[in-house]
Amino acid sequence: MMLLIALLLVIGLAGLAYLVARARAGRMIVAAGGKFGAVHSRPVYHGAYVAVLALAPALIVLAGWGIFGERVVVSQVMSALPAAQQPVDALDRAALMNEVRGLVAGDLPQAFNPLAPVLAPIYANAVSNGDMLAGALAVALLLGGGLWGYSRIRPDFRARTAVEAQVQAVLLLASVVAILTTFGIVLSLIFESIRFFGMVSPIEFLTGLQWSPQTALRADQVGASGSFGAVPLFWGTIFIGAIIAMLVAIPLGLLSAIYLTQYAAPSLRRWLKPVLELLAGVPTVVYGFFAALTIAPLVRQLAVALGMVNASADSALAAGLVMGIMIIPFVSSMADDALTAVPRAMRDGSLAMGATMSETVKKVMVPAALPGIVGGILLAVSRAIGETMIVVMAAGLAANLTANPFDSVTTVTTQIVALLTGDQEFDSPKTLSAFALGLVLFCMTLVLNIYALAVVKRYREAYD
Amino acid sequence: MATIAAPPAAVPQERQPTDWASRDMQARIAARYRAERNFRRMGAGALLVAAGFLAFLLFTIVRDGWTGFLRTEARVEVMFDAATLGVDPATVRGPDGQAVLARADYIALMNQAAEQLGPASDTLSDAAWLALRDRLMADPTLLGRTEVLWVPVRSGIDLLAKGKYDLDAPVESRGISDREVSDWRWLEGEGRLRTVFNQAFIGNADSTEPELAGIGGAALGSLFTLLVTILIAFPLGVLSAAWLEEFAPRGRLAEIIELSINNLAAVPSIIFGLLGLAFFLNYAGLPRSSPLVGGITLALMIMPVIVIASRVAIQAVPPSIRDAALGIGASPIQVVFQHVVPLALPGIMTGTIIGIARALGETAPLLLIGMRAFVTDTPQGIAAPATVLPMQVFLWSDDVQRGFVEKTSAAIIVLLIILIAMNSVAIYLRNRFERRW
Repeated sequence: MMLLIALLLVIGLAGLAYLVARARAGRMIVAAGGKFGAVHSRPVYHGAYVAVLALAPALIVLAGWGIFGERVVVSQVMSALPAAQQPVDALDRAALMNEVRGLVAGDLPQAFNPLAPVLAPIYANAVSNGDMLAGALAVALLLGGGLWGYSRIRPDFRARTAVEAQVQAVLLLASVVAILTTFGIVLSLIFESIRFFGMVSPIEFLTGLQWSPQTALRADQVGASGSFGAVPLFWGTIFIGAIIAMLVAIPLGLLSAIYLTQYAAPSLRRWLKPVLELLAGVPTVVYGFFAALTIAPLVRQLAVALGMVNASADSALAAGLVMGIMIIPFVSSMADDALTAVPRAMRDGSLAMGATMSETVKKVMVPAALPGIVGGILLAVSRAIGETMIVVMAAGLAANLTANPFDSVTTVTTQIVALLTGDQEFDSPKTLSAFALGLVLFCMTLVLNIYALAVVKRYREAYD
Repeated sequence: MATIAAPPAAVPQERQPTDWASRDMQARIAARYRAERNFRRMGAGALLVAAGFLAFLLFTIVRDGWTGFLRTEARVEVMFDAATLGVDPATVRGPDGQAVLARADYIALMNQAAEQLGPASDTLSDAAWLALRDRLMADPTLLGRTEVLWVPVRSGIDLLAKGKYDLDAPVESRGISDREVSDWRWLEGEGRLRTVFNQAFIGNADSTEPELAGIGGAALGSLFTLLVTILIAFPLGVLSAAWLEEFAPRGRLAEIIELSINNLAAVPSIIFGLLGLAFFLNYAGLPRSSPLVGGITLALMIMPVIVIASRVAIQAVPPSIRDAALGIGASPIQVVFQHVVPLALPGIMTGTIIGIARALGETAPLLLIGMRAFVTDTPQGIAAPATVLPMQVFLWSDDVQRGFVEKTSAAIIVLLIILIAMNSVAIYLRNRFERRW
């Protein structure tokens, strides 16, 4: 709350600085007799220059406090406790802090931990002191920056050039966010994975055949450590995303693209393309619901009809089929591009020799467009193995190593969701393993994407 | 064909010319034409399968879901008895009248009124008393008088009235008890049931009772989340597209940024959820389950979409515009922000709307940052726990109560309508404003 007030105050003051600086520049023009060129920049630029100088450092301070302030406060509160009373692990500390926050906010009438009521006033104090300090620092920086900028306003000051340099800096900063995001992803995945691999050996993780991450509540319980062999997960991911889904998506997507580009009348094409794109626009949670509620029972009936005794309700086939349908538009639009990029002379030449359209497509167009089609399929595979909601809702949690499509398998994404949405234990290998799985998933999709793009690019160069 | 196939006999040839009229050749041509027709049919068939699947999906959802917008109500005569309510008529007329009424014992009154339903007295919804409270607080003069009110019934009776059960099936497999069926038959026979538009579904937040659950809270949560997303992703996306296209010096930095953006566009959405969990929640300590964190996470996810669309739109602005503006003395910044970006705006908006639509339908990253919270109240702000529309679909689809099936489908219908509307706006913008140079 204090922070919000400080933010509004800072923005208001910066607005004021803008008005003051603009007015001064306006007076300078009047003093110069309004002669063209007597003052280098328009008053707006002087105003904007001073406002940016005032606002930028203050905002950085406030944003920094907003993101990192809570950590500082927590460490202050903890250091107020004698060492003997300090919570042993991160989990206890988080629980204690939650109670303290609840007491301060008034959501919690009574705390379980006897330390919480002691810490509550310390916490409230630390928060308000910190907010105060950050707010004061922000205002001080604002005044400093604003006054310095104001002092530079002179008729020959090139305010527009300065503002444009500031704008360029903002543009650069906006672009750098993409790098920061990539770094953030890689660092958070690697950081947590390293902690996980400190508890479970990477060899076991990547080659083990047993996946049962349930760690016991008591340390002396049987099977307390859990086992983290992720091979059944990798197999399930590949089985559903790269085998079953692709068996559906590749023929349907490819044939659709061929029909749309070679056979369909332009009017029909105008209607059918959006229908295919609509398939890509349906939220995955809707596909998941449909797979679980409508397709899975049908698949199960089929399995029973085929004579399987205890057919699973959450089969790999149901999730894979629906995922395949979802992927059709990706395959077909990539194949569409690749087929359209084949030089027209090749197609016309084949047709002129008397080949039928299907012979032309099969013997000339598809071979010529093959790299593009393969690239598209690889992108589709990367899409399918990273897909989450369909498998969370329609595939199971049982880590089976089976090639029977009517059996239940689990995937990397399903397990990440399962591991991170239950009751979380910080620092337990169970929670951390989700990040290791995420790292594997990230690397798999990254390699697929880079390879696919390289294939597509090399092929485009061949015809351009 | 026969005319072509008849060569002058006098010319000596090493190889006999093909006799196209021969039976073999005709059969071969027929086979080739047949293959051609089959191939063509396969193509049309593939499209039919895809379109048919879409139609099947929409049909199933609408069939299951349209009744979710309706609800069954039962007629009861309520005597607003001050003694049962535990209020003093004198204080109700006093200055704190509304506060007194808000605290009254409506549950007792509802139980009393339910007696008149005889054998079916426990068919009313657990929250039926809310209807009495709303009515009395709107019109305090009703105190001491009798009025006919329509109150919601339990989900089982509601589904029976909508014909969702197969009553010919044996009791064990049809999912509803004989007791409820006979209650429902009695109510129907008495003419005490009616079906009306379900306002609670549009206005309420989540609830454990299907007849009370609504998407209002989730819709508001989606709105808050998307506001945060737009406020972050749109400026960042457009500015970095402008920098990459117009200012970036050829070199390492621009290359790395470009690579990052292209890779981020292909990173699975759940990875962004892991980033949100590890950095925004665990490291920075931002509030869990909140639209703030959800919005930031989704903004990072759709930013590459906006950047890529904006770059394409900026590239499409012809260089002559830039040259002309530079020629009459505009600075590069002025060229970009006064000419290039405004001209590219339709394309940028189209890309942005498509990105926002993707954020609206996204569930996986929000699962990891705790937006699957069970929130029975409409969210209070961007830092309060909230849920979003697709998450509501996911939560309800997990619920074992049969009444939630139609609610899930109804929520999907709302979600799809919003998404189709957004995409239509994007297509309209593209067709209406996009200029071909």
